[in-house]
Amino acid sequence: MSKKATAGRLRVKKTYKLYVGGKFPRSESGRSYPVSSPDGTELANAALASRKDGRDAVAAARKAQRPWAGQTAYLRGQILYRAAEMLEGRAGQFAEELADATGAEAGAALGTVEAAIDRLVHYAGWTDKYTSVLGGANPVAGPYFNHTTPEPLGVIAVIAPQDDPFLGLIEAVAPAIATGNTVVVLASESKPLPALSFGEVLATSDLPGGVVNVLSGRAAEVAPHLAAHADVNGIDLSGVADAALASDLEAAAAETLKVVRRPGRSGSSLDLLRQWTEYKTVWHPAGMAATAGGGY
Amino acid sequence: MGSILSGAEAASLVRALPGVDAVGLEARAAGLATRSVKADAKAKAIDLAISMIDLTTLEGADTPGKVRSLAAKALRPDGDAPATAAVCVYPSMVAVAAEAVQGSTVKVASVATGFPAGQVPLDVRLADTEAAVRAGADEIDMVISRGAYLSGDLERVFHEIRAVKAASGEARLKVILETGELVTYDDVRRASWLAMYAGADFIKTSTGKVGVNATLPVTLLMMQAVRDYRAATGVQVGVKPAGGIRNTKDAIKYLVCVNEVLGDDWLSNEWFRFGASSLLNDLLMQRQKLKTGHYSGPDYVTVD
Repeated sequence: MSKKATAGRLRVKKTYKLYVGGKFPRSESGRSYPVSSPDGTELANAALASRKDGRDAVAAARKAQRPWAGQTAYLRGQILYRAAEMLEGRAGQFAEELADATGAEAGAALGTVEAAIDRLVHYAGWTDKYTSVLGGANPVAGPYFNHTTPEPLGVIAVIAPQDDPFLGLIEAVAPAIATGNTVVVLASESKPLPALSFGEVLATSDLPGGVVNVLSGRAAEVAPHLAAHADVNGIDLSGVADAALASDLEAAAAETLKVVRRPGRSGSSLDLLRQWTEYKTVWHPAGMAATAGGGY
Repeated sequence: MGSILSGAEAASLVRALPGVDAVGLEARAAGLATRSVKADAKAKAIDLAISMIDLTTLEGADTPGKVRSLAAKALRPDGDAPATAAVCVYPSMVAVAAEAVQGSTVKVASVATGFPAGQVPLDVRLADTEAAVRAGADEIDMVISRGAYLSGDLERVFHEIRAVKAASGEARLKVILETGELVTYDDVRRASWLAMYAGADFIKTSTGKVGVNATLPVTLLMMQAVRDYRAATGVQVGVKPAGGIRNTKDAIKYLVCVNEVLGDDWLSNEWFRFGASSLLNDLLMQRQKLKTGHYSGPDYVTVD
């Protein structure tokens, strides 16, 4: 952003678009809004997502969810790791965007980006382990093999943290997709640019289109429709600062039986992985094998 | 007039039809597709579209159980939503479907005549038709011999439709042109007229089994054909686009075309049908959205 161009050359400015279903559309509404740094410098125009962009993103996330959850845990880990690799290669660009967005020192911004890369690698490692850690075999008094396993909830809407536009967003999205959910994330309203660029990283990381969908816009406009959408299974309200809006969203989410959480960046990574899963317990008849004391 | 034509007369009439202005047709279809239908009008359009669906299952894996559950859905798609027009099945499933919808407004349509290719001898195709009617089909969806049509043997196509019409008896006959295999608009127009001269009660775009199924321009062209045919002969013929119509938005585009090209006379399931299966769920989800105010999802409709 702040880099000086070669003398006499007109800089090519980037259009920050949404990331929905593996594509980069403008808002269906055709609207955009100016994004500035804290000191008032205009950085770029970002697409201003509408209710219908939210709906399209949910439809894309729903379509992608079953195949994503059906992939092997190993492959999901590989893909998350690949996203980290891609991000590593573009760390400089992200540090710059983040510094512009938040007014942070360049060194601190790079540190944040590196922390985000490390979080992706961390969750990449969890994909094939969390089921064993959270699930297990249960002792029961009967001829059954009884076991419990965590399964993804489905489509998760995330209202990303407002003041932590990059690391906060990754901390919200990575555990959700690591467990096989798909995500519609509404980026920080005033600082959406790093999140929108992150869409480009995901698009080149073998992540199937629709697994993560990034919208930019006003939480007050888009979030109520995500909260009320019957096809969204969970909603993360970390980024909703307005208490009245948050309680409206909770009420709307209750109407359609959603899991509502606002984890922020608290809790262990296992807690964050667990929050978008539900437990399935299976009673598997063990018959003669169990009564004979063998087998199970 | 249709009934007194000979094959040779029909073929020469059809060959004399003017060519289609492809650019104009597509522009007209695209223009009609931009109409915005909202709120109350949308609610009416959704219910009308549901009532026009021939709810279809045409798979090798169809079982009596699957056909019965399809029929149950056709009878009562969701809450107070209207029943669909018909269920559309293979001849071997007609008896099951007929029993399941007995006493209701829902008709049983059966594909016949060696669906979907039509590449079987005529006596087999007629026997196929008769068996479906005997088993209780109210409507027969026949396929034309595209092989004969494309090799220029229009008379044979004409006579085959005639023969199937006779074999159908009381059942209404829908003639599937398989427009994706006819390729050009000119041929769609010719085949539409040929089918109508031969006694079709409905002309239908596609089997749903080839790459290109119903498109808006092709359906618009067929609507123009039935309009002109009624003006010329006084006989009204229905239109059924089939295959590829999966969402409410598309269905409403077709209804707009019916309204603009054909008017009220065709705006009921007596004269216009959608051949579809997944369309119904999308219509029901949109219907739920209008009722509840929030978007619905596939968890709230049946899995077919």
